[in-house]
Amino acid sequence: MPKTDSLQGSLDLLVLKILSRRPRLHGYAIMTAIQEISEEILRVEEGSLYPALHRMEEAGWIRAEWVIKESGRRARAYELTTAGRKQLSAEEVRWQAVTSAVGRVLRMA
Amino acid sequence: MPVWRQFVRGLRTLVNRDRADREIADEVESYLEHSTDELVSSGLSPEVARRVARLELGGATVVREQVRSYGWENVIAAPLSDLRYAARRLRASPGFTAVSVLTLASGIGASTAIFSMVDGVLLKPLPYPHSEQLVELRHTAPGINIKELNIAASLYLTYGEESRVFQDVAMWTPGSASVTGLAVPEELPRLSVTNLFLATLGVQPALGRQFTVSDDLPESERVVILTDGYWKARFGGNPGAIGRRMILDGNAYEIVGVLPPAFQFMDHKFALLTPFRLHRSEVRLISFCCQGIGRLKPGVTLAQANADVARMLPMAPGKFPINPGFSATMFAEARITPTLRLLRDQVVGDTGDTLWVLMGTVGIVLLIACANVANLLLVRAGGRHQELAVRAALGAGSGRIARELLLESGLLGLTGGAFGLALAGVALRLLAASDIAHLPRIHEISIDLTVVAFALGISLAAGLLFGLIPVLKYARPQLSNALRSGGRSLSQSRGRHRARNLLVVVQVAMALVLLIGSGLMLRTFQTLRHVDPGISGANEVETLRISIPEMQVKEPERVLRMDQDMLRKIEGIPGVAGAGIINWLPFEGGSNDPVYAQSPPTREGVTPPIRRFKYISPGYLSVVGTRLIAGRDLAWSDLYSDKPVALVSENMARELWHDPRAAIGKRIRASLDDDWHEVVGVAADLRDDGIDQKAPGIVYWPVLQKSAADTEASVVRSVVFVIRTRRTGSAALLQQIQQAVAAINPNLPVADVKTLGSLYDRSLARTSFTLVLLAIAGGMALLVGVIGIYGVISYTVSQRTREIGIRLALGSPPDEVTRGFVRYGLVLSSVGAIFGVAAALALTRLMKSVLYGVSPADPMTYVAVSAGLILAATLASYLPARRAARIDPMQALRAE
Repeated sequence: MPKTDSLQGSLDLLVLKILSRRPRLHGYAIMTAIQEISEEILRVEEGSLYPALHRMEEAGWIRAEWVIKESGRRARAYELTTAGRKQLSAEEVRWQAVTSAVGRVLRMA
Repeated sequence: MPVWRQFVRGLRTLVNRDRADREIADEVESYLEHSTDELVSSGLSPEVARRVARLELGGATVVREQVRSYGWENVIAAPLSDLRYAARRLRASPGFTAVSVLTLASGIGASTAIFSMVDGVLLKPLPYPHSEQLVELRHTAPGINIKELNIAASLYLTYGEESRVFQDVAMWTPGSASVTGLAVPEELPRLSVTNLFLATLGVQPALGRQFTVSDDLPESERVVILTDGYWKARFGGNPGAIGRRMILDGNAYEIVGVLPPAFQFMDHKFALLTPFRLHRSEVRLISFCCQGIGRLKPGVTLAQANADVARMLPMAPGKFPINPGFSATMFAEARITPTLRLLRDQVVGDTGDTLWVLMGTVGIVLLIACANVANLLLVRAGGRHQELAVRAALGAGSGRIARELLLESGLLGLTGGAFGLALAGVALRLLAASDIAHLPRIHEISIDLTVVAFALGISLAAGLLFGLIPVLKYARPQLSNALRSGGRSLSQSRGRHRARNLLVVVQVAMALVLLIGSGLMLRTFQTLRHVDPGISGANEVETLRISIPEMQVKEPERVLRMDQDMLRKIEGIPGVAGAGIINWLPFEGGSNDPVYAQSPPTREGVTPPIRRFKYISPGYLSVVGTRLIAGRDLAWSDLYSDKPVALVSENMARELWHDPRAAIGKRIRASLDDDWHEVVGVAADLRDDGIDQKAPGIVYWPVLQKSAADTEASVVRSVVFVIRTRRTGSAALLQQIQQAVAAINPNLPVADVKTLGSLYDRSLARTSFTLVLLAIAGGMALLVGVIGIYGVISYTVSQRTREIGIRLALGSPPDEVTRGFVRYGLVLSSVGAIFGVAAALALTRLMKSVLYGVSPADPMTYVAVSAGLILAATLASYLPARRAARIDPMQALRAE
């Protein structure tokens, strides 16, 4: 059973978004990217990143291949598929809807 | 990813698990490398960086396990690998596995065997289409004190003509026919039936045709339908047999059909089916000759059918003439009432009581087996306590550990179940071969899909049941406790003892219930053995049936002379002490009719009580060992003279005349136009309806009765010869008897050879069957229970070796140590016994119907069995306790 995570639900969105901007990132780079862009506010639990990547690969949103980096290290690089692009826009719409709804509640209540 | 690609990928992963695992490992590794590089560049030394990266990632295996839990293939693969692991663990401890599997196999095997009986006899529908529509047409006649009245031809015809609820009705009666002209003369069992008999059952002959209405007409040719077995035996299964003729009782019958191989009718063994040739014009109102069956229209209930029959009953006197010698009001005064019941209930009879008692019994055996295996598993899980704790500390979820423990016990359960099923198969084959049970529908008992499903179900349930106990205790170990006690074993915590003690108490209690059950059956059996059946030395009485058809010998008196000649010849055989004749042997019943006494006289229009009629020859009573209480036996001269005489049973004599001696010289008759018969003797009571039933009042009439009024005498043509000899059952004797019979008449078949002893045994069959099975179950339960106590005590001794060593070193006397453990065993078994007695008091009440002459709460049985069980338990705890006292303190303290 996957561990519950504070980012659960939004982790997919973040990974998809980052991959849409910077294709062919490997796992560690995805994680550091999330951390840097969010200015260290969002931190992905390391243990849940790979399960999430595999889940999304299973769902057909991303695909992966092994690459050799300039440093000579092997890494598994991920990129978005067409299905992943669709999923991203759907997730973005949902996220906007949720955040604006939460925002309204915070303002009006 | 499209479904098919997922499928292919999943399959590839399944086939090449290692590669898939390596990929995940590689990826995790590459993550670690990146992470380490990053940390190194921020100034950490490579070793420290590596360690920090690892700590951040968490357990690599945990990540891999999580990644692995996605994808359909892993839903299959993870349990499969767990299963392989469980199997490997079981193989690693063959002793434990063998004991557990054997224990379970015996429990599951016994349950499955009994269940297949319950299924075959009680649950499966009868082998006819829509068998739930089939009813037996029975009546009761409170007006003349007849509890069970069968059907008369007049009523059969009335129901057929007037009913609103039946599709078809039919009437049948068992009998026999001598077949001549086909090689050796044979006496074959047959069913006489009305023409719709097969149609009512919904059965078509496999070959040829059914009976038709025209087969009943006097002018049409006599016809017969053969059973498949007889057709194959006599005609080699040749279809050309149809249309051929065979001689039955001297008349030619055309073979018109052959029944399907699987055809069964109420466990009747018969070879021939012939029509009654009932002529409506000759039917009189009162002739309760036969058994009736009917097929209800769809949706008709038993209550509606009874109501319809009650409506039709008063119509019969208008349709059929009253018999001569009976008054017209008698029919109404008999108050005949329908008591229809489902044919299935008739076939099954009271076997249900026995079978459900046995089912409960084996259920308890299974529970005991489970308790024992649970106990073994607890010991095992106790041994793995630390391993499990370590695994939990490393991140194994409690669900994962529970699954693993459950898989192990489930695997045990299934293996035990497979062996149990095989065991049940063997047991059933033995049972069918020995026919000890004397069960109805025994041919329908088999291991079929239902039974296999049952075995599978209880195997899984058993696995789950005993598997859950260790799971509940160990799946969520208290880490600190388990890990701490790792070094040196402390005396065990109370909690772990409690479960094992409880299981032992439960085992002892259930074993006691079974043992008390078998004790009660044993008492029943002993009581029945001491009941005077009314005959003696039954094992030294050979019996065989001979029928002299009218076609061969017409005059009744010549029939008797022929019988007498055969008796004389048979008595001349060496080793034969005497011979006689009766129409129906003891325990085989006979006809039941009212008997009128001259004094005290029967009131006008009242039908006197029903008695059992048996027809005998002189010498019969002394051959079977029925004592004469008063008066004398029949004499041959009584039979040939026209002075009618009879004998009565003691209970009937006491009922009518208060004293057996007073019966002599009194006069009785069977109907109002019958001659008065003088009672010349009183015979001891005979338990004709079964040893455990009340002895019926019996009238012994002579086999030949000459009526003073009629010139025509009547004789019983089909009789059983009873022969007292020590040579019963020998082939030589049978050959000599056949020669003796052939010397008088070579055309007479000798049928149904058996000893009177076999009939006596059969009347005890239900009791001995239940006794044997309960005793086996009780024995198993005792053994398993005693092993359970032994196991607990020796385990405790081994766990407390150190403590005992200290106590012995400090000067505690060895006897004291022994006594302590024996006391422990005694407490366990006594507590078990108390619960067992309470449970037995509640449960044995369900056995009431199979007990005889002993109360379900018989104090002697309870005390004896409890004492025996506690004694056995004490012995079982003494053996390990003695070992405890012999512990060498030095060794014990040095050990571990």
